[in-house]
Amino acid sequence: MTEKKNYRPTILLIAGLLIFVIILENIRSVFPWLPQIFDPMSPLFTVLKKAAVYSLVAVSMNLLNGFTGLFSLGQAGFMLLGAYTYAILTVPSELKDQVYYLFGGCAFQFSIVDFFKGIFGAGGAGGAFSMVLGCIIALILAGTVAGFFAFLIGFPVLRLKSDYLVIATLGFAEILRAFFQWQRLGPITNGANMIKGFPTFSSFNITDGSGRTILQLSTFIPFLVTTICIAIIVLLINSSYGRAFKSIRDDEIASEAMGIRLFSHKMLSFVISSFFAGVGGGLFAMYVANAQAKAFTSTMTYELLLIVVIGGIGSVSGSVIATFLYVACSEWWLRFLDSEQYIGGFKVPLLRNGFRMVVFSVVIMIIVLFFSKGIMGNREINIAALLDRKKTGKDKAKK
Amino acid sequence: MSEDLLRISDLKVSYGGIEAVRGISFNVRQGEIVTLIGANGAGKSSTLRAISGLVKPAGGKVELEGEDITAKDSSVIVSKGLMMVPEGRKIFPNLSVLENLKIGAYLRNDDLTEDLEAVYGYFPRLKERSWQAGGTLSGGEQQMLAVGRALMGRPKVLMMDEPSLGLAPIVVQDIFEIIRRIHENGTTVLLIEQNANMALHVADRAYVIENGKISLEGTGKELLSNEKVQAAYLGAKG
Repeated sequence: MTEKKNYRPTILLIAGLLIFVIILENIRSVFPWLPQIFDPMSPLFTVLKKAAVYSLVAVSMNLLNGFTGLFSLGQAGFMLLGAYTYAILTVPSELKDQVYYLFGGCAFQFSIVDFFKGIFGAGGAGGAFSMVLGCIIALILAGTVAGFFAFLIGFPVLRLKSDYLVIATLGFAEILRAFFQWQRLGPITNGANMIKGFPTFSSFNITDGSGRTILQLSTFIPFLVTTICIAIIVLLINSSYGRAFKSIRDDEIASEAMGIRLFSHKMLSFVISSFFAGVGGGLFAMYVANAQAKAFTSTMTYELLLIVVIGGIGSVSGSVIATFLYVACSEWWLRFLDSEQYIGGFKVPLLRNGFRMVVFSVVIMIIVLFFSKGIMGNREINIAALLDRKKTGKDKAKK
Repeated sequence: MSEDLLRISDLKVSYGGIEAVRGISFNVRQGEIVTLIGANGAGKSSTLRAISGLVKPAGGKVELEGEDITAKDSSVIVSKGLMMVPEGRKIFPNLSVLENLKIGAYLRNDDLTEDLEAVYGYFPRLKERSWQAGGTLSGGEQQMLAVGRALMGRPKVLMMDEPSLGLAPIVVQDIFEIIRRIHENGTTVLLIEQNANMALHVADRAYVIENGKISLEGTGKELLSNEKVQAAYLGAKG
């Protein structure tokens, strides 16, 4: 009775999507007459990059809140840990004194990228390879650090139920944010100042000898990393562990009666969710090109929570769709509301700085009131099933 | 009938100083249906929870095949072969019927095909609805799912907490018919019931629990004809 799922259409679609992203961000260099929107600096690509990063964190949050039923609001805190871990590990050694000038240089001189450059050579292919490998390892370590902290605070915190868990995790994130801005930690965290100079998404663009970009990859990279991470989360959700998570969400006592160890499964879900939030934090640092504790406020967690709710609690595809819609609205489509607009000679009333957020709040209220299950509810987009349905529909039409 | 499969001696359960179970001893032999009957609050469910490890007993001993499993973690107890059908069914409403059944076999790593066939054999309705969410089933179907889920763990002893609770009389009959069939196929059953009439009819042996203690014991037939039992639990005539 093992159901054989047909993964091929899904994999093909995702591969197609990734290739499409590469084409999209390079198309204007081939056809320069294309509209401004295809320029790699246009809001389209800002939205795509940010949404790719956010969707990973949203899915990781959904794993915990939607699939395991543990309502936690510590996501920004784990992102912060990931962002700092990534940044501290990858700032090139020669830049460290400059970045940490207020604290007389960095106490932590090691740079993972430089370490690999020492092995594979600094120039040309060796340098590029060192950078890629260094970033991958730094991202994994970013997740590991976040996961490790989740493991530590999991012991006291996961014994709490619902509201108390929310408060405890939110508090943890806030403490972390304050802690990382502590001046005494300056030589490591650069205090309240930002850490910068580390490899960002645009470092992955392929350039020729004169520094001219041959192939844009700065949007593709976050898509690739996010796709891999979400694929791992989906595989986990579909495994027997995922089933156990869902059973804990549905009924703790019954799961326990089935022999599922509640605490260790909750811990597993918490650590994995935080791991990917940490990776997402590292990606976020790459996206904004700096790491700064100030950015990881509880507002960020609420944004993510909103995305999860809009997408549907317990739906991975819902979270991803909602992220792209949300980020596109907040960063691009609704931007016009923030400046004065004229239709002919008529000045549209109300439009001024901040009005976007008013409209946004109303949209969110409408969604919560009338689509309380979110876009997807707890269903998933199943491409294989969609294709099947089309096929059977055609067969019926033939008859 | 061979030796004791499950032996409970002097089991005590208390909740914050209030003693719910005050020293219960009974045994279940291989291949039997044993039932514990009693009124609300007599301590039946607490006894079962203590056996299955959901509540830590305040005293006493639980032995399965001679091995002491008192106060062990419920995952250990399940892996030793004690599966419970919890009171009020407690299926997983957002998981499909098939997923619900697979959770029942969570601690097993072997092939489930045979067991799924067996469960679907008992409950053809579940096969028809295997992709439906558990929460969309009717009360009776949910009870069947709860029983099927427990059977997926290949229990040595299947413990059921009030399987007839909140079900229409005709559905209750179905459920008891299934219990009988499960038993005929070799599963030992420990049944807890308020519906004394039905329970005593299927049971080999029965215990009456009152105020956390066993007040009567005997075969199902003996208790059915016992005047005290008739007066208290069967709504005796005259």
